[in-house]
Amino acid sequence: MHAITVESLTKRYGPTLAVDDISFILPRGQVLGLLGGNGAGKTTTISMLLGLLVPSAGSVTVLGHDMARDRFAALARMNFSSPYISLPSRLSVSENLTVYGHLYDVPDLRRRIEELTAQFNLGDLLRRPAGELSAGQKTRVALAKSLINKPDLLLLDEPTASLDPDTGDYVRTVLETYRREHNAALLLASHNMAEVERLCDQVLMMKTGRIVDRGTPAELIARYGHDDMEQVFLDIARSETI
Amino acid sequence: MKSLRRIWAMVYRHAALYRRSWPRIVEIAYWPTLNLLIWGFTATYIAHAHAPPGLLAGGALIAGVLLWEITLRGQLGVTFAFLEEIWSRNLGHIFVSPLRPGEMLAALLAVSVLRTLIGLLPATIIAYLLYQYNILLLGPVLLLFFLNLLFMGWWIALGIVSLLFRYGAGAEALAWTIAFGITPVACVYYPISALPFWLQPVAQALPAAHIFTGMRAALMHQPVEWGQLAAAAGLNLAWMLLAIFLFNGEFRAARIRGALISIGE
Repeated sequence: MHAITVESLTKRYGPTLAVDDISFILPRGQVLGLLGGNGAGKTTTISMLLGLLVPSAGSVTVLGHDMARDRFAALARMNFSSPYISLPSRLSVSENLTVYGHLYDVPDLRRRIEELTAQFNLGDLLRRPAGELSAGQKTRVALAKSLINKPDLLLLDEPTASLDPDTGDYVRTVLETYRREHNAALLLASHNMAEVERLCDQVLMMKTGRIVDRGTPAELIARYGHDDMEQVFLDIARSETI
Repeated sequence: MKSLRRIWAMVYRHAALYRRSWPRIVEIAYWPTLNLLIWGFTATYIAHAHAPPGLLAGGALIAGVLLWEITLRGQLGVTFAFLEEIWSRNLGHIFVSPLRPGEMLAALLAVSVLRTLIGLLPATIIAYLLYQYNILLLGPVLLLFFLNLLFMGWWIALGIVSLLFRYGAGAEALAWTIAFGITPVACVYYPISALPFWLQPVAQALPAAHIFTGMRAALMHQPVEWGQLAAAAGLNLAWMLLAIFLFNGEFRAARIRGALISIGE
């Protein structure tokens, strides 16, 4: 059983085709990068994977559960992090983690929060309102929230956006460690190509709603004759023929 | 059990918010208290100027204010709890958690009960201390009035939340205005017969008009008007089913449009 199986997924808004008949799988324990410029269809795809958005056609199966019929069973075993969605800013970090721990029915929640506090060095932040944290601190808290239920599948929308290099590296290390220790699958939408090269086993290149290429970062770099993923990304984004 | 835990999570989320924000707590009690003071002094004036019929009218005014606030606070309790999620841009996290829409609604209703009780307690105490009016003297039937009026606030709130799904935070003003706009046809302070004949069917379709007819009978020490109470309960049930139907439809439509994340924009 794969973490994600997507078959002929399509999303249409009136005459606009936001996602156009895409198919892919994400095996357990692997990291899949979803790349593309603005408007390529990444966020729409992630929204459909999360059950936030109903597809126009096609199917999404997450951890063996059909998201059209049984999405809550899958949602209990996955989690999501995005810098564009906030945690309640007036609640303390501890209260936020408690809320989400209850929502995900985390056993022995107090102990789990202690583990995350140690892992993300949140000790001094627990009593502070989430809205008063710095960008780096917010990211650490958001990651702690996204790992609170020890998800088998983690969806990340630009997990290191607007972070300084040190914090960004810290986040990437946490994600690598979590994947390794829990055999978890990660789906990552990112504009940071160095991050993609470091973390991703497979990459899907999206453009105008379609998957225009796919492979390992090394395969894509070799296929396009470049030195890194940054150049591959630019090549695909600017190409008139792809 | 898991379902109860998820509902508790959302109630805890709002309890934690109010614990940290005294202006929010003051706001809950502010309007019911202010309304009571205005109408309480009006009732006192009427009672002194036109006693003894004025005494009864004054009592009806104060009881009307207190009871109608149950509907208003009940409605605002649900819609504001939902708006708090929009304002904090937290809906994206909530809707990708295992929380079912029905559980979210249950949590909103629980928050609404707490907000209503907190909001009405100071006004009830002030009514007793300042105007020697004890709403509890209405007797056990007060509980049925309370439940029916709270229920009415809830279905109005569900309708507003459905509109928030459709129109986003742009429909926020409706949270403040819709229930207040119903007041003239709720017949809080006057009988249904005081309305123009063409407006009377509208009042008859609202549970509140039947409850306040029953309230006036109770104030005059007449027997409990079970027919009015039954009509209110039946209407509440019908309106609630309609509101749930609307909520389900708009929630599904929001998932099709992709509005669940962008609802605050």
